[in-house]
Amino acid sequence: MLCMGNGYGSMIKEVYLDNSATTKCYDSVAQIVTRVMLSDYGNPSSMHMKGVEAEQYVRHAREVIAGTLKVNPKEIIFTSGGTEADNMALIGAAMANRRAGNHIITTQIEHPAVLQTASYLEDLGFRVTYLPVDETGVIRPEDLREALTPDTILVSMMHTNNEIGARQPVAEAGALIKELSPSALFHVDAVQGYGKDRIYPKRMHIDLLSVSGHKIHGPKGIGFLYKNERAKVNPIVYGGGQQAGMRSGTENVPGIAGLAQAAEQIYSDLGRECEQMYCLKEKFVEGVRRIPDVRVNGPDVRDGAPHIISVSFRGVRSEVLLHALEDKGIYVSAGSACASNKAAKASDTLRAIGLEKELLDSTLRFSMSVFTTQEEIEYTLQNLYEIVPMLRRYTRR
Amino acid sequence: MFTSFLIKYAEIGIKGKNRYLFEDALVRQIRIALGRCDGEFHVHKTQGRIFVDALSEFDFDEAVEQMKTVFGISGICPVVVVEDKGFEQLARDVIAYIEKVYPDKNKTFKVAARRSRKDYPMDSVEINMEMGGIILDAFPQMKVDVHHPDILLTVEVREKIYIYSEIIPGPGGMPVGTNGKGMLLLSGGIDSPVAGYMIAKRGVKIDAVYFHAPPYTSERAKQKVVDLAKLVSRYAGPIHLHVINFTDIQLYIYDKCPHDELTIIMRRYMMKIAEHIAEETDCLGLITGESIGQVASQTMQSLAVTNEVCRLPVFRPLIGMDKQEIVDISEKINTYETSVLPYEDCCTIFVAKHPVTKPNLGIIKKHEQNLSEKIDELVQTALDTDEVIVVE
Repeated sequence: MLCMGNGYGSMIKEVYLDNSATTKCYDSVAQIVTRVMLSDYGNPSSMHMKGVEAEQYVRHAREVIAGTLKVNPKEIIFTSGGTEADNMALIGAAMANRRAGNHIITTQIEHPAVLQTASYLEDLGFRVTYLPVDETGVIRPEDLREALTPDTILVSMMHTNNEIGARQPVAEAGALIKELSPSALFHVDAVQGYGKDRIYPKRMHIDLLSVSGHKIHGPKGIGFLYKNERAKVNPIVYGGGQQAGMRSGTENVPGIAGLAQAAEQIYSDLGRECEQMYCLKEKFVEGVRRIPDVRVNGPDVRDGAPHIISVSFRGVRSEVLLHALEDKGIYVSAGSACASNKAAKASDTLRAIGLEKELLDSTLRFSMSVFTTQEEIEYTLQNLYEIVPMLRRYTRR
Repeated sequence: MFTSFLIKYAEIGIKGKNRYLFEDALVRQIRIALGRCDGEFHVHKTQGRIFVDALSEFDFDEAVEQMKTVFGISGICPVVVVEDKGFEQLARDVIAYIEKVYPDKNKTFKVAARRSRKDYPMDSVEINMEMGGIILDAFPQMKVDVHHPDILLTVEVREKIYIYSEIIPGPGGMPVGTNGKGMLLLSGGIDSPVAGYMIAKRGVKIDAVYFHAPPYTSERAKQKVVDLAKLVSRYAGPIHLHVINFTDIQLYIYDKCPHDELTIIMRRYMMKIAEHIAEETDCLGLITGESIGQVASQTMQSLAVTNEVCRLPVFRPLIGMDKQEIVDISEKINTYETSVLPYEDCCTIFVAKHPVTKPNLGIIKKHEQNLSEKIDELVQTALDTDEVIVVE
């Protein structure tokens, strides 16, 4: 737990529980990024030694990342992050396969990077089916089975939901797709799942997989798309033909080197670290349930992701609770934007799991990382015990 | 081609013996505004005129935009300055000027010469006639109209000769700093920045107070108010923004007073606090963005009850304006986009579903007695923890 001055002379703690928004870089990542920026700053496309050195970083990064997925290094395409990877997967796959069919399947609880792209494809004339989820945020395989048609060219499903931590039955879905629509591509947005679970695309029939660097203690502005070498996908960025023409533009070598370093480190001790997060999650969920009138959203503790906890506090506005926690040095996310803001719409995920309207604006997300400690969880609970009853006393009447 | 500007000012001209004070303030404000531009400028008074000379390369549009924020300027005339090398050369300069500035020659014109250097060989009537003839010869499409010309071409003969014909409208008003200082209650909505702008236009320097209610209002709401103050300061000059933590006062009123009177009682305490800071910082009055009847707390009855706590005058420049008229000004001064950002301010967080619209002063005062135990202490704490942000 870090300590910092709060401007009033005393010291308050900093407890960062917003790791689904972004994470702190590993020291080793910051070091390699700095080294590439200051010493090995060549352009991988240059013919001289400086370029060759830079290319080595990219080549090595591909190998490391491919190793974590057990795929071929040339199936890794570096992007500016998860959003671009999702865009490339959806738009690129839809465009490349539009003669084969016109139908795309996704779910109601995807990240906006997928939902907004799907909506753009609808504008272009594609038909999109949005699968519903149950009250824990998981799709029913029967729904997928019914939705698949010979016209289906792409299924996009997130591995782990960013708001409630629900995990989709990705392997089961992959098998179903290959059985019923063998020519359809299967895209998985694994931005929240990569680095928490072992994901093996070849075994799970995943053709496309999106990952972001800064969710796994890597740098911002870097991510990748795994693309099965047989999958037909058009590029969405054109130019100098880097990365086999799939993603033009000079490679972000510092980012790529940092991303690989983060991937290597996060997978080096994954089992123990996830177990540590699950224990803290159990402790937190048990503690928060002692507050009357709270609801823990999403699947049971160990069915969901190890790091994400969604809690609704009846009668408390999430934005206010968020700022009250912030005042204690605790940083979390609101499940949705403030309700007084008519322009902002409540979270699609929370509505899709059927959360009652009153709780939509009373929901906070606590998301942990390997750096989270038991002491921080206890400190957070202590503060919730004090703040929630106080806030419930003062409400609009 | 333009390297100088002649600055026209309206109301300052009638200020009698104080005139120099106003002119000096105007020169000062123009210098501050141009300090935000690329390039070096010399701003000076000569013979009852204010001139801006560019001493280096500069961006014409940027300089004009900045001068348009200086209250007191009624018009900005881009001027071509030439050396006196005889009338024939002057005629060539004037022809070149028209050639460049008016690509379409199908216009009426009038020459208006002024001769402040009396040793010039021609008088102003002679200059007008001679120059008019030369222009007609050079541009046969142009015609003279002495009553309503499209182009009023002014030729001023001084040490050097000044040629100009265009007047870009300025914001009017009076130079900031010539009419004392006022304390603006700045909320983050559409109205209060406009109110600040309008009072600053009359030459009043502005300071501001914002009531912050963490955790109910966020850091971003506060940043929004800082941003708004910054936009107003383009016109009003540097603003000292006082951020008052109002949460405890608000919760105390919530606990002790009827809920439908919360807003009105809250506003009375805001006025009291604002007045206290105003007096300590030599402000001569309070400024609010209130407009009659806009919301429950701005009915005549509510305004009267709010006003009752103040000894200082409260200036409400928007009092008779419709919302749309206020929005129009906020768009003109560029505050609208920021004002409508959706962050809650402290006036709305606990607002009752049906607040009183016709508060009775006696009853309000009686309910305020419920606060007597702790309110003075809370107000004092709020004043003691006043955070001052200088915005410019």
